[in-house]
Amino acid sequence: MLLWFLRRLLQAMFVMLAMSLIVFIGLHAIGNPVDILISPEADQAERARIITQLGFDKPLWQQYAYFLQGALHGDLGRSFVFNEPALQLILQRMPATLELAVTAVLLSVLVGLPLGLFAGLYPNSFAGRAVMAGSILGFSLPGFWVGLMLIMVFAVSLGWLPSSGRGTTAALFGVQWSFLTRDGLAHLVLPALNLSLFNISLVLRLARAGVRETMPLDYIRFARAKGLSPTRVVFVHVLRNILIPVVTVVGLELGSTIAFSVVTESVFAWPGMGKLIIDSINVLDRPVIVAYLMIVVVMFVTINLVVDLLYTALDPRVRLGGRA
Amino acid sequence: MRFKGVAIGSLLMAAVPVAASNALAQNVTVAVGAAVGSIDPHYYTLTPNTSLDANVFERLVETDAQARPMPGLATSWKLVDDRTWELKLRDASFHDGTPFTAEDVAYTIARVPTVVNSPGSFAIYTRPITGVEIVDAHTIRLSTANVYPLLPTDLAQLFIIPHKLGANPTTEDFNSGKNAIGTGPYRFVSYKPGDRIELERNDGYWGTKPAWQHITYRMITNDAARTAAMLSGDVAMIDQVPTADIARLRADKGVSLWETVSLRIIYLALDQGRDGPTPFVTGPNGEILAKNPLKDLRVRQALSIAINRPAIVQRVMEGAAIPSAQFLPPGSFSYVPGLVPPPTDIAKAKALLAAAGFPNGLKITLHGSNDRYLNDAKIVQAIGQMWTRIGVQTAVETQPWSSYAGHATKLEYSVFLQGWSISSGEASNPLRALVATFDAAKGRGTVNRGRYSNPALDSLIDKAVSTADDGAREALLIQATRMAMDDVAIIPLHNQKNTWATRAGFTYVPRADEETRAYDLRPAN
Repeated sequence: MLLWFLRRLLQAMFVMLAMSLIVFIGLHAIGNPVDILISPEADQAERARIITQLGFDKPLWQQYAYFLQGALHGDLGRSFVFNEPALQLILQRMPATLELAVTAVLLSVLVGLPLGLFAGLYPNSFAGRAVMAGSILGFSLPGFWVGLMLIMVFAVSLGWLPSSGRGTTAALFGVQWSFLTRDGLAHLVLPALNLSLFNISLVLRLARAGVRETMPLDYIRFARAKGLSPTRVVFVHVLRNILIPVVTVVGLELGSTIAFSVVTESVFAWPGMGKLIIDSINVLDRPVIVAYLMIVVVMFVTINLVVDLLYTALDPRVRLGGRA
Repeated sequence: MRFKGVAIGSLLMAAVPVAASNALAQNVTVAVGAAVGSIDPHYYTLTPNTSLDANVFERLVETDAQARPMPGLATSWKLVDDRTWELKLRDASFHDGTPFTAEDVAYTIARVPTVVNSPGSFAIYTRPITGVEIVDAHTIRLSTANVYPLLPTDLAQLFIIPHKLGANPTTEDFNSGKNAIGTGPYRFVSYKPGDRIELERNDGYWGTKPAWQHITYRMITNDAARTAAMLSGDVAMIDQVPTADIARLRADKGVSLWETVSLRIIYLALDQGRDGPTPFVTGPNGEILAKNPLKDLRVRQALSIAINRPAIVQRVMEGAAIPSAQFLPPGSFSYVPGLVPPPTDIAKAKALLAAAGFPNGLKITLHGSNDRYLNDAKIVQAIGQMWTRIGVQTAVETQPWSSYAGHATKLEYSVFLQGWSISSGEASNPLRALVATFDAAKGRGTVNRGRYSNPALDSLIDKAVSTADDGAREALLIQATRMAMDDVAIIPLHNQKNTWATRAGFTYVPRADEETRAYDLRPAN
């Protein structure tokens, strides 16, 4: 177990190293941050001064070496735009994104799983077909369009919900959260729904497929023959066995929802990390981009770890460390 | 099925009672389209930052809505000899109650160059100042090495901070609010990066009392989201109204639009630095030309008069610009009277090309950004079509600014779209930056990416910026602008308009310099 864990850690560090190198070279290929950052009003002398101050006069490998040196000491550099430590900038915005992503994923499980069970159990009913047809929309409609439509309907036309932003927040564990206040919750509804739409469809389809596959199996027939109530059969025997793919997908989707909720965040002006990263890419704010991707790598590694641990809880046949 | 109903239903029920209402008259929310990056007023010379700062801090010299200097924290300024300015300071106090004095001005001028890691330092505005002499608490003298009539214009960029902040105040302390102490109409309360800034009325303000008790200054960078926030009544005002939404908002009775012509000129730069072939201009069959055709005035003229500027303004910009043939919009200091865009004349353009030795036209790749200026990609596409009509086969290539800017700076393009915001509101700034000969030692031609060079123009500009008398200087600047435009140093296209939208029942003073100030938002009577 410990060995397995250490191996995972080593892998993660290697991925981070490779990723930072790719980002450094990639950004260098896109353009020079200097050309975008430096105020157009600056004259040549001022430009030269800023270039030296930010270290852009050095060759790329040297800049990378400086970065590595700092990173080993826990310093991922300062944002060129904000003049604040990149890590701090990202962590400041993290709660907003986490809150949105977790709500969205919860929503996708709470809505998608029951619907999927239903559609799987009654595949030929009208309601079952309707659910499946609806899920196609959830898959295929582009997120930004749905977001704008939600705003148009619920904020502009009906006036029920606010159009954007985070609303009033309250502190918990020293961090500001929206879900603790009524106003904050009202602000959370539309973006969370927008973000979860795709995942609802995904979970729904996985659950349905799982149920359809599991229902004809012998142990289900046996359970029914034994005279167990349909409720017990569905919620214990079936549900537990269809959860493995659902957990895998939900885990990965949680990661990508956190990391790449850019579209929803900008449509709803949600002040999270996604907006920060897209703004940073636009101005080639390298320290922020690198730090952000580092965090994303750490996050995915952690999520995968948790998913693996969950497998063992769900399915006793799965053993960690490759010796099944 | 039931489950879904319960889940969504309960969420909706929680939401309904807090339906959007902006009725609390004393609290006003303003949404801006560009993110504020720092509260430190000396960190970055970027409009989104200075725009917010202008609510909290003040400058010695302020500018009116048309960018003309007017008294700010200095009530008057005059030259005592040809290199020394004397400024009389206003009786004002900072948000923490300390009175504003000459000491604070000296402190600010000394602090500006010491800001670390600044990607756009305000030091360019303090550098001309070689000496600071405090005469008394409300009088200060600033001396310059040379005759420098633009000092008041430079001071109109510089926010004053209190000297009690001590040595090396850090940018972080401004962002946390500790150092964010100005003399402006609103005091700083809090800053949530990427989200909002809260401001509170400064009851001790020396000028007209600010209209609102509390201002929430939100950043909504997505255009559609900003318009939606306006339509739903979540915010009282938005800036940077997207051109595509102007017609819709104009038709909405609950919304008022406020617009003014801005100091931003959109123009084409032309490679005139290379004598030999320029990379993206070839003969009509793609043959490499021995000489750069853009060095021929007739070719430049042909390209300019082939462009139908009114069509671009009406169709592409949807009216959110005015056609232009010079740097500044009408009404500005050093605007050239009578210099208007040439009428579109295809026959004449063809004749000019033929006279220059290209009867069969040319082949040009026109470059532009696609996320920087209003409708930038559409503008170059429209121009590409117009040029094709005079026999110049034009390919159009657009890129995101983050990539485009680097190529343009490295002079890799032949003909390309640029924009320039004339922060000083007079012509010496674009003359020196855009068309003066590139000269690192003199700090001239900093964004002259076509490398246009005309010694006669250079000496005229030099003469203008060292002429103290306003009338004489304006005449020289007009003469220099006319010289550059007659020589088609650049091809000006249009001056953008800035548009703000407010809910009905508000009035706003739209500003040419793009700053969004809560102070200028007032209830309509």
